[in-house]
Amino acid sequence: MPGLFDRLTTLIGKGAAKGAASRVELKAMIGTAGFSGGVHPKQMKNTAGLPIVDSPLPPRLILPLKQHIGQVCTPIVEVGDRVLRGQKIGKSQGYVSAPVHAPTSGTVLAIEEHAVPHPSGMGRLCIIIEPDGKDEADENLPPISNYRAEDPGLIRERIRLSGIVGLGGAVFPTFIKLLRDHRHPVEMVILNGIECEPYLTCDHRVMLEHSAEIVRGLDVIMHAVEAQRGVIAIEDNKPDAIAAMQQALTEADLAHVEVRVLPTRYPQGSEKQLIQAVTGRQVPVGKLPLHIGVLCQNVGTTKAIHDAVCLGVPLTQRVVTISGDAVPEPANICVRIGTPIPFVLAQCGLEDLNGVRLIHGGPMMGERLPRMNVPLVKSTNGLLAMRQETLYSENAVEEPCIRCGHCVTVCPVGLVPNELAWHCRHDQFDRGQEYDLFDCIECGCCSYVCPSHIPLVHYFRYAKGQVAKIEKERAFAELSKARSEARDNRLAHEQAERAARRSKVRKQQAASAVVKAKAEDGADKPAEKKPTQAAKDMKAKDMKAKDMEKPA
Amino acid sequence: MSLLISSPHAHGGDSIRANMLSVILALLPAAGVSVYLFGWLALFLMVLCMLGCMLSEWGCLKAMGRPLSSLGDGSAALTGLLLALTLPAAVPWWMALIGCVAAIVLAKQVYGGLGHNPFNPALAARVVLLISFPLHMTAWIVPMHAPMFAAVPPLNLYDFSQCWNLFWLGPEAIGKGLDAITMASPLGHVKTEWSRGVGAVEALRNYDYSYLDAFLGREAGSLGETSALALLLGGVYLLARHTISWHIPVSFIVTVYVLAALFNAVNPEHFAPPLFHVLAGGLMLGAFFMATDPVSSPVTPRGQIVFGIGCGLLTWSIRSFGGYPEGVMFSILLMNCAVPLIDHYLRPRVYGK
Repeated sequence: MPGLFDRLTTLIGKGAAKGAASRVELKAMIGTAGFSGGVHPKQMKNTAGLPIVDSPLPPRLILPLKQHIGQVCTPIVEVGDRVLRGQKIGKSQGYVSAPVHAPTSGTVLAIEEHAVPHPSGMGRLCIIIEPDGKDEADENLPPISNYRAEDPGLIRERIRLSGIVGLGGAVFPTFIKLLRDHRHPVEMVILNGIECEPYLTCDHRVMLEHSAEIVRGLDVIMHAVEAQRGVIAIEDNKPDAIAAMQQALTEADLAHVEVRVLPTRYPQGSEKQLIQAVTGRQVPVGKLPLHIGVLCQNVGTTKAIHDAVCLGVPLTQRVVTISGDAVPEPANICVRIGTPIPFVLAQCGLEDLNGVRLIHGGPMMGERLPRMNVPLVKSTNGLLAMRQETLYSENAVEEPCIRCGHCVTVCPVGLVPNELAWHCRHDQFDRGQEYDLFDCIECGCCSYVCPSHIPLVHYFRYAKGQVAKIEKERAFAELSKARSEARDNRLAHEQAERAARRSKVRKQQAASAVVKAKAEDGADKPAEKKPTQAAKDMKAKDMKAKDMEKPA
Repeated sequence: MSLLISSPHAHGGDSIRANMLSVILALLPAAGVSVYLFGWLALFLMVLCMLGCMLSEWGCLKAMGRPLSSLGDGSAALTGLLLALTLPAAVPWWMALIGCVAAIVLAKQVYGGLGHNPFNPALAARVVLLISFPLHMTAWIVPMHAPMFAAVPPLNLYDFSQCWNLFWLGPEAIGKGLDAITMASPLGHVKTEWSRGVGAVEALRNYDYSYLDAFLGREAGSLGETSALALLLGGVYLLARHTISWHIPVSFIVTVYVLAALFNAVNPEHFAPPLFHVLAGGLMLGAFFMATDPVSSPVTPRGQIVFGIGCGLLTWSIRSFGGYPEGVMFSILLMNCAVPLIDHYLRPRVYGK
């Protein structure tokens, strides 16, 4: 019976995909604004109607010291210390970094390596906290309620101190995006409420339940970057969120801010594709959205910005969608960052993790987690627990490419994925780069439509990794070569110098010997002192010469 | 089970098998018309070619030690059906089988199997047959219901035993010469008349040619190429299902039409009218089912348009100036050679570049 059911669902899915594809084609033909390509995966957003629930405190919180793009933090607490909610426990190192805060009050149990959500199953330095249940707050960051009167620099500093990173999944430190560059003023702030990944509904729920905070957060951002226009972009599959945001906008009475409804299409939530859909312009290769006067922020990040600035609360919790066909009770849960995954899954009725595969993120771009006992981190927008036997990526059997060209049609970047995959698979990385390997955004549209079930994105990731490795090795080889050449030069130089010095000494000795021989006729004693004096002079001269060479 | 754990973890549900089956489904109207016109002969030929291709595929897979499961993807059956539809109804069974072996072994498996063949296997096989057996390959059996032979066709193709004997033993077995039961196709007729110095318009007049008959398929020709209507139906289905895109068929047919219209306007007595070109011969079959063969056609939209234009240009040129009456097959195979080049130079524009 399950076989029959599966067949039915695939049939229905096929029908949906067909209809979807025809819409794309039509669009491409009449050439309206918006990005090219894209797909319409099955929505599976069955948690859209479920309000956000708060997760209880887990027995342990595991806080990785790197939850962002950039450098790892250094711990500033010791084992045994008592920490408070919102207290900074990891200090950012370097410029591109974001601090880590304690999500509740408790005791630091350990500072050690622990598995983190990563497809390799790697471990990272984590601070492990045992909550004391009191949830006492640290109140060293006062709320800035009248942010419009404050200096934008101060707002940015507050955002930096609050450890805010892009919560859409990219986790790039937010304050860097908010830096002002006078050559490229920000004209438009786009709030990304697209959430085009199937299953995920956390942004949807945040827009419904925290619309006022989001609008206020948008105002904070617009003040911080001195932008004049704001757009809240939402796909038309979330009419309730659109209504809620419009309502909140009317109440807040913000000038030059609008809700933009976009037709549902994956990967519209990708920053560059969204910018094209909203503004009709493309971000040139190698440039940032800032260079065309646009700033994108995820709605969840915007809410976090609001909390940090207006309430003085750093980023210590986030909304996560827990879903997937192995989860009996899917939910949108507001969790403390660092909550272990099995603890959260248990709340959704999933205790036995045998034969379950975990996906960190959505089904299109999420990473499969090889280890279960990892914490939820700042980048976790969704957690899918899928039955092993229904997980496509695990059961797909690759067949030969029939060059149908569907991947070319759906690629939102304009690549030729089938050719690119061919080169990547055969380790022809130069050709791969000729075919614009590094412009791939790994959205997965090509693999999604491939009738031969070729894991194209997997090949692209592999090739990117290999190219990075080769570049690294080459850089290292060049450095070693330069070093060894410098050493050879130095040795040769020193040898020449020594030789020159020696010959000089010999010459002088010879000269003094002649003098000596001449003087032997006269008084013995004064004649003996003379060469010593000459040697001393020469030594001084040498020293001087060496000193002069040093700076060179 | 693969060890792959990379995203995406979802899939749209498309498969090679579904694509191949959809093309076979789209060919059913044309196959139906061929049975209507050529009776049991059409049925024998289609079944034999499909079986022959699948058997050849099985043999190759077995010999190369490849998994036999790929026999189920339907590509060999499709090649067989396509080959049958390009053959005249009167070809002997052994000739059809040679075609099957040529299609699968020579044109497909020696290059590495599905997805690796530079040429359309069915067309490559047809070329082998045309060059090896020119007489049989240009002898078009008089169809049932052809208006120019309105009353009684020389052979009742709905008679099972007669067709059975003709198919396995040849025309001698039923006491008739090949000439007695065959006729010229419209394209062939025009070509012959040209060589006698008669213009196309005059030639069509003395052939008793009618656009309606050509559109519906009531004329001589290969099994599946006669009815433009049936082929259009299948083509529209493939377009709607997104198995093929509009670029190749539209640019192919439009190019032939425009070229024919231009030259027909300049010299209407000599050059055949554009509608004749579009409805004649294998153009519809070629444009919707052969040139769009994914493996041997370009993948990029711009490349597909160039490919279609090239096919149209060559088709019209061969028909108008070449030695063969029909040019669809050669034009598609020639353009197949250019596909790697087209794909390399006509890539889509990359975002932000």
